[in-house]
Amino acid sequence: MPEPVIVTRNLVKSYSVNGSKNFVAVDGISFEVAPGESFGLLGPNGAGKSTTMRLIGAVSTRTSGDLTVLGLDPNRYGPEIRSQLGVVPQENNLDLELKVRENLLVYGRYFGLPRARVARRADELLEFAQLQDKATAKVDDLSGGMKRRLTIARALINDPRILLLDEPTTGLDPQARHILWDRLFRLKEQGTTLLVTTHYMDEAEQLCDRLIVVDKGRIMAEGSPADLIRRYSSREVLEVRFGSAQNAEVADRLQSFGGSGFGERVDVLPDRILVYSDSGERELERMTAAGLHPITSLVRRSSLEDVFLRLTGRNLIE
Amino acid sequence: MSAGDFDNARDAGGATDSIRSQAVAAAVVSAARTRRYGSWYVAEHRFRVMRSYAQTVLFTAIGSSLVYLYAMGVGLASLVDGNLGDNAVNGVSYLEFLAPALLASSAIAVASEEFSYPIMLGFKWNPTFFGMNASSIQPGQIINGIVISVAARMLLTCAIFSVFMLIFGAVPGPLGAVAVLVALLTGLSFGALLMAYTATLKDDTGQLAMVQRFVILPMTLFSGTFFPLDVLPTYLQWLGWISPLWHGTELSRVFAYGRPEPIWLSVLHALYLAALLAVGWIWARRLTAARLNKCGFRRRSSLLLARHGCSEAVVSVSITPVMRAA
Repeated sequence: MPEPVIVTRNLVKSYSVNGSKNFVAVDGISFEVAPGESFGLLGPNGAGKSTTMRLIGAVSTRTSGDLTVLGLDPNRYGPEIRSQLGVVPQENNLDLELKVRENLLVYGRYFGLPRARVARRADELLEFAQLQDKATAKVDDLSGGMKRRLTIARALINDPRILLLDEPTTGLDPQARHILWDRLFRLKEQGTTLLVTTHYMDEAEQLCDRLIVVDKGRIMAEGSPADLIRRYSSREVLEVRFGSAQNAEVADRLQSFGGSGFGERVDVLPDRILVYSDSGERELERMTAAGLHPITSLVRRSSLEDVFLRLTGRNLIE
Repeated sequence: MSAGDFDNARDAGGATDSIRSQAVAAAVVSAARTRRYGSWYVAEHRFRVMRSYAQTVLFTAIGSSLVYLYAMGVGLASLVDGNLGDNAVNGVSYLEFLAPALLASSAIAVASEEFSYPIMLGFKWNPTFFGMNASSIQPGQIINGIVISVAARMLLTCAIFSVFMLIFGAVPGPLGAVAVLVALLTGLSFGALLMAYTATLKDDTGQLAMVQRFVILPMTLFSGTFFPLDVLPTYLQWLGWISPLWHGTELSRVFAYGRPEPIWLSVLHALYLAALLAVGWIWARRLTAARLNKCGFRRRSSLLLARHGCSEAVVSVSITPVMRAA
């Protein structure tokens, strides 16, 4: 196996808040990312994903633990590491005073690339990001999805070995998300290592070969999406609604029904009940046979959302 | 990074396979250029931004030169010279007395524009500094690049102004050209402080407008610009002594028309301006490093912790198990 491009061991990052109390944003995280791998950090807002990204991006100093990127320590070799990274931050920080293409030109120079090469690369990337027609447009006139694609194009100007994507599709409409995912797939095919943070489980399932589920600065689980679902959830989930007033009461009956209850497990959310099972349809039939008639019912595949709920007892998006 | 460092880095990382050692080799080459020329790359970026408002830059440079030289140097001057004679102030005409001061003020005007809102913009409103920081650029280089680009605009503005001074016949001596450099130093020394102050602001809730009104305007009025400082009552003269504009104006006049002044005082003016520039520049670089690296300035924070008898590592280790237990 090739040597990992990112290695973290017991990585800790704490901030002092108001000079006294310590807030631990990243609390002993350890993982490795292999070259060409697409690795995800899945977790709710405030889980420490972005802080981890900043540590790996060599723009924040760790409090303790070990971290190497391409075998180099960011504390010593910040500019060297950053020269091989492409960073797509959560908030776009494109220069609004410059035109679309100019944003790529000035950014390419930051990596010491000759002007002619940057210009050539900028044109290639505008094509890759499907923004050729917008080369001389003002950044402000672009749609949210276009700005995101421009930010990704900018992150690729130095042909990075590792692309860091912090919440790449947050705030985008479904169509824009799919265009973006398609572009990221292409990069993955070309062998770029992707590190993605997200709180969307569908995004993690789409993009990541392997991921860690993070909560409160700690790793809750690690594995491929399918692996995690197999380990922490059932094949299918039956979602039933009995009306918010009755959900809890019905859930008690479901859990104790016939001694072993329905499915492998039953979870109650404020608005619905989840029944985990190999076959959702079978559970629904049993339910109807027992005289329980939900207002609505839905059988679906298990997702990472269910994994997260199982691991933390909370929803991913609250 | 030297070749020896490179080997250390490679050994430390154990980069024996090709993918990683290739990456490290590329990183070293690429980052070496940025470590050396990064400040110029930032300046290049700023020049491109300035090009988008090049008309404003030229229009203010030419327009304000004309307006001030006409209004004060011709209009007000006719009144002053009419009453006091051709060698009205310091033994020269009012226009000759005034012009070097206006030159220094025009540098201050550029500084107050370029070192305030654009800094706020880069940190907050359109956080391009964070974008630069994610590349191989280092925080200090962002500040250097801004200083370089503003210095260029300031030099252009002052050069245009000095051409108008020549046209208006306001420069009797050949050393007048040196006054342009004095104006540049004046503008940058005040500007560096303003830049550092702006870098401390998390939000603009009117502070920058207050600086305009209560720092820059009074400074222009009480720095011996329109009248010599010694006509003010003694208890107000300290306003001039602390003002970089007064020091710049006084020095500028020495070169423009040979205003008599002991040499040590001229040296003092230059040193004072250079000191302000250094303080502001270093302060701004530190603030920027701290702001772009959210953990704060590592060296300083570990010093702080060391003073309290512990190191950063110890703090986090002692806290981690507690959090785990909880």
